[in-house]
Amino acid sequence: MVTFDIKNLNIWFESTQALKEVTMEVLPHEILSVIGPSNSGKTTFLRMLNRMNDLNSNLKMSGEVKFEKEDIMKIDVELLRRKIGMVFALPLPLPLSIFDNVAYGVRMHGLAGKTRMAEKVEEALKQGYLWDEVKDRLTESAFKLSGGQQQRLCISRTLAVEPEVILFDEPCSGLDPISTAKVEDAMVKLKEKYTIVLVTNNVKQAARVGDRTAFFLSGELIELDKTDKIFTAPKDKRTDGYIRGKFG
Amino acid sequence: MRKFKEFVIEKLILICGIASIFFVILIFLFLLKEGLSVFGTVSPFNFLFGKSWYPISEPPQLGILPLILGSLLVTLGAAIISIPIGVGCAVYIAEVAPGRIKEILKSGIELLAAIPSVVLGFIGMVTLVPLVKNIFHLPTGLTALSGSIMLAFMAMPTIVSIAEDALYSVPKTYKEGALALGATHWQTIWRVILPAASSGILAAIMLGIGRVIGETMAVMMITGNAAVMPNSILAPVRTLTATIAAEMGEAVVGSEHYFALFAVGIVLFVISFIVNVTADLFLHKKQ
Repeated sequence: MVTFDIKNLNIWFESTQALKEVTMEVLPHEILSVIGPSNSGKTTFLRMLNRMNDLNSNLKMSGEVKFEKEDIMKIDVELLRRKIGMVFALPLPLPLSIFDNVAYGVRMHGLAGKTRMAEKVEEALKQGYLWDEVKDRLTESAFKLSGGQQQRLCISRTLAVEPEVILFDEPCSGLDPISTAKVEDAMVKLKEKYTIVLVTNNVKQAARVGDRTAFFLSGELIELDKTDKIFTAPKDKRTDGYIRGKFG
Repeated sequence: MRKFKEFVIEKLILICGIASIFFVILIFLFLLKEGLSVFGTVSPFNFLFGKSWYPISEPPQLGILPLILGSLLVTLGAAIISIPIGVGCAVYIAEVAPGRIKEILKSGIELLAAIPSVVLGFIGMVTLVPLVKNIFHLPTGLTALSGSIMLAFMAMPTIVSIAEDALYSVPKTYKEGALALGATHWQTIWRVILPAASSGILAAIMLGIGRVIGETMAVMMITGNAAVMPNSILAPVRTLTATIAAEMGEAVVGSEHYFALFAVGIVLFVISFIVNVTADLFLHKKQ
């Protein structure tokens, strides 16, 4: 079963069209990288998948997005967002302790009682590859962590509410290369259990972690193929130009 | 020549800056000088905790506890009414209301702030006072409760506009983070936005209360002005401010009564000062 089935998706912000006739699929347990220059619509595309775009009242859409065969506009939005977690460009821990940051969503959804909570948090931190670094300091404020650790904390927090899909919106744009490598490691391991959509400005990152890569330009999906193919033999001249760094 | 101009302008601005502080200090010194003389006739303890205020009896009894309690009672009542409504209104404006309603509400709040307090007092006198009298079957509607309700209207614009600013300045990312975890709008407001804005909201509340404590005209018109120990919120009371306003005209300059009123001014000054400093602390904690 495909995870996302997107047909003829158009999105307008007031009079500017952000996405044009996008038709594509996202497959289970893959890392789909989405690349493209700024204003190419890739973030709008990502935020469509868990309906974060609903927050913007100036936005109009047409077309259809199906999550596991169900129209996302017909799914209860809170349930949809729990199943489709999102990690943002800047790590945004809440002003709480490390433990409470992870426990936050779990409590909110009533997924674990007090006795199971510690287990649940540990499990999520292990999945986010952060446990070993924070296990002795769970009560400290999350702001004391480094940028890379904060980002992995946000990943753990997302994992704790048991999603099926994780959307990454340029998750490493504010991180140094070593932290980036750790986040990428975590992503590659996570795809065994989750489907991952990764929007990135870093073409090399897409090449390193993506199973398939989609190239967006000015709101159009130009090309979507196996990552190897996109980076060695792209069909479209514009894709070739972008990955070689000729524009963007 | 140019340098000279710069110099003159700089010094002029400096003088303007110092002037405001200078006047505050002068006022405070004057208050102290006039007010402290009262402690020649009555000890500070008896002044603050004395239960009777008969300034023109012989000898005068100068205990301001009934006035302090009157002020506190009216302020407390006003706070209980205005805080939930004010904060709720701010949350609605900042988080829920669609564009047009938001604009209408904001101008409404500004308009409320622009009504002179004497007008509010007047309206309270002819509408609220009879209402309170009839509902509770009281001999008079001029009570602490009437004052509290009226003052709540005056505190509300301050609370709403400052709390709303605080809510706006919560980083949008907090909200998105919570929503992306599947929180409902209300869960996001309650567990993320309100805690993140809490120091600003507390500052808003303190400034609103500061306005209530200092308010004179409306309370004088509708609280009944009885300088006795208040035994219920449905009894007439008199506040610190109303006492000064009502009695200063008839006090003989240089008499104990006159000095006592200045001392009441000092007490009021200290209370307002504490409230404002607390508000400031909360505001700075936010940054």
